[in-house]
Amino acid sequence: MQRPNLSAWLYVTPLMLVLVPFFLLPTLVVLVASFFETDGFGGLLPTLTLSNHVDVLTSAQTFLLYVTTLKFAILTWLFTLIIGFPVAYFLVFHVRSQLLAIGLFLICTIPFWTSNIIRMISWIPLLGKEGLVNSTLLGIGVIREPLEVLLYSGLAVVIAYVHQLTIFMVVPIFNSLARIDKRVVEAALDAGASRLDVMRYIIIPMSKSGIALGSTFVISIVMGDFFVVKVMSGGGSASVVSAFYENVGVLQYPAAAASAVLLTLVLIAMIALILRVVDIRREITQ
Amino acid sequence: MRAGAGDIELAGLCKSYDGVTNVVDGVNLKIPDGAYCCFLGPSGCGKTTILRMIAGHEEPTAGEIVIGGENVAGMAPVERRTAMMFQSYALFPHLTVRDNIAFALRVRGQSKAERYKVADLMMERVRLTELADRLPGNLSGGQQQRVALARAAITEPRVLLLDEPLSALDEQLRVQMRQELRRMQRELGITFIHVTHTQLEAIALADIVVVMEKGKIKQTGPARDVYAYPHDRYVAEFLGGQNVLSGKVEKVGDRFVVLSQPSRSGIQVRLGAQVRVAVGDRIDLAVRRDDIELVRADADNPDDGATALPSRVTAIEYQGSFVKVMLDTVPDEDFVAYVPERTFFRDPFNVGDVLLAKWSAGRARVLA
Repeated sequence: MQRPNLSAWLYVTPLMLVLVPFFLLPTLVVLVASFFETDGFGGLLPTLTLSNHVDVLTSAQTFLLYVTTLKFAILTWLFTLIIGFPVAYFLVFHVRSQLLAIGLFLICTIPFWTSNIIRMISWIPLLGKEGLVNSTLLGIGVIREPLEVLLYSGLAVVIAYVHQLTIFMVVPIFNSLARIDKRVVEAALDAGASRLDVMRYIIIPMSKSGIALGSTFVISIVMGDFFVVKVMSGGGSASVVSAFYENVGVLQYPAAAASAVLLTLVLIAMIALILRVVDIRREITQ
Repeated sequence: MRAGAGDIELAGLCKSYDGVTNVVDGVNLKIPDGAYCCFLGPSGCGKTTILRMIAGHEEPTAGEIVIGGENVAGMAPVERRTAMMFQSYALFPHLTVRDNIAFALRVRGQSKAERYKVADLMMERVRLTELADRLPGNLSGGQQQRVALARAAITEPRVLLLDEPLSALDEQLRVQMRQELRRMQRELGITFIHVTHTQLEAIALADIVVVMEKGKIKQTGPARDVYAYPHDRYVAEFLGGQNVLSGKVEKVGDRFVVLSQPSRSGIQVRLGAQVRVAVGDRIDLAVRRDDIELVRADADNPDDGATALPSRVTAIEYQGSFVKVMLDTVPDEDFVAYVPERTFFRDPFNVGDVLLAKWSAGRARVLA
């Protein structure tokens, strides 16, 4: 029994070498710090206390921040799915040449050829008060006053997220769709299924794992972000992370750590929920 | 239902993907209702394309497909009342056996209880009842095939189209499932069209064998006709079991011809009947491999009207019920004798022995 055990450990060693120092240890440090007290100048006093957690959990602000962040996460998820699924579907089922499909796929990655900051700044000339959208709408007479809601608003935040994260939805869905045998679709049509039936009973159930993976990416990224919210809302909205970023700024490490622990637990719960709906492991091995 | 609703007529059927070459090139064929028809040919000969056109998954470039007296051009598979069993089955991997079989009923809007009742009956018929809740990934090849068959048959189609249905199975299972297909065809009493590249499969199953080459039908007929009386060299060689001798006619005599080949001349072949060949014609002659008798060259050899060609044994293969003896009778071409096992072992030959390959006059046929 000793030998197979040893080789099993050897197999997981590389992964452990990455996960333990870069994921597990920092998480534990945060967890421990969340139970410490602060001396008010950035130092931690190793007296165990629950007060950080109690403060976070009893604050009305925490609740409001979660509502805002969840709203962004859900809207972003919805729109990335609505845009991402058809894009992936088109690439897999309607682009016959593989070369063209790869080319179109690369086009989807163009937003990533530049930094996140540039990408967000580039929305300003488009969505700003005298931006392209407003001047066009004014020009064709649809509106009389420029729309203020386009930039530095919740709408702008969602637009930026969707722009940034749709690819995270496209890639895993593309993958799961590409594994569908085209003859299976043909067999469904042969059985008398309409296009809608094929979509409902064949394509969507068979791409569940991709949808779940994409959703996990999008939701965890939005939940853990503060930068896009800060820039695109013009300071008008805050997210969960931006609140504890403020805490770090004023050296309130234990309070930030307690917020981080809560966020981690919320995210774990959300991902567990997704995995409950779709058993990714089973879907992939099937 | 009308009588003869499952008879099929193909008239001048053509299919071209690029507008230049015809993958299917002017196919005319009549298949009676309730027949088991096999399309036989090498890969790329257009047999699957014909099947897909009958199924309605591809539209013909030219020609007509008539099923049960109605032209089905432009109709969906369901309207044609055909069902297809796909190569490697194309089962829905995320649905259980029962849901796979009931799928066609689900998209027809039947309730769960309704469609499961029908599916359960069908599962009983193909002995899948215990596997009803399994996913296709957990089934053996033979079980998957039965699911595919049940899924196709559930809508009571008038024609069932099978695309290489046995190619995913191993040899032993293939023979077993072959019987099952034939049994299902008899039970359902509908037309089966089965595409295969294995001649044994075709002649074992089919009422009608259709031999194809490069988009054209080479020969159509009952299995025995196609096997025993091939029209031409292609059919003879593709079905096997025949030796084909080709050469230029040197001399035509009363019930014999003399052939010459580049490296051998004076091959005198006796024929059972007068044939219309002229000196100088290039002809192919076929002789069944099991019609060839091997006698030792030094043995007493009375002239009994048979053809006897001196040959050397180049290889011997034991096949169980017979022995396959390969000979150098005609240079550069295979010449094989199937000798019954008992006959062979009465006086076994060895590689290198010189023999006479004999066959009686009526056994050689001139091919087109």
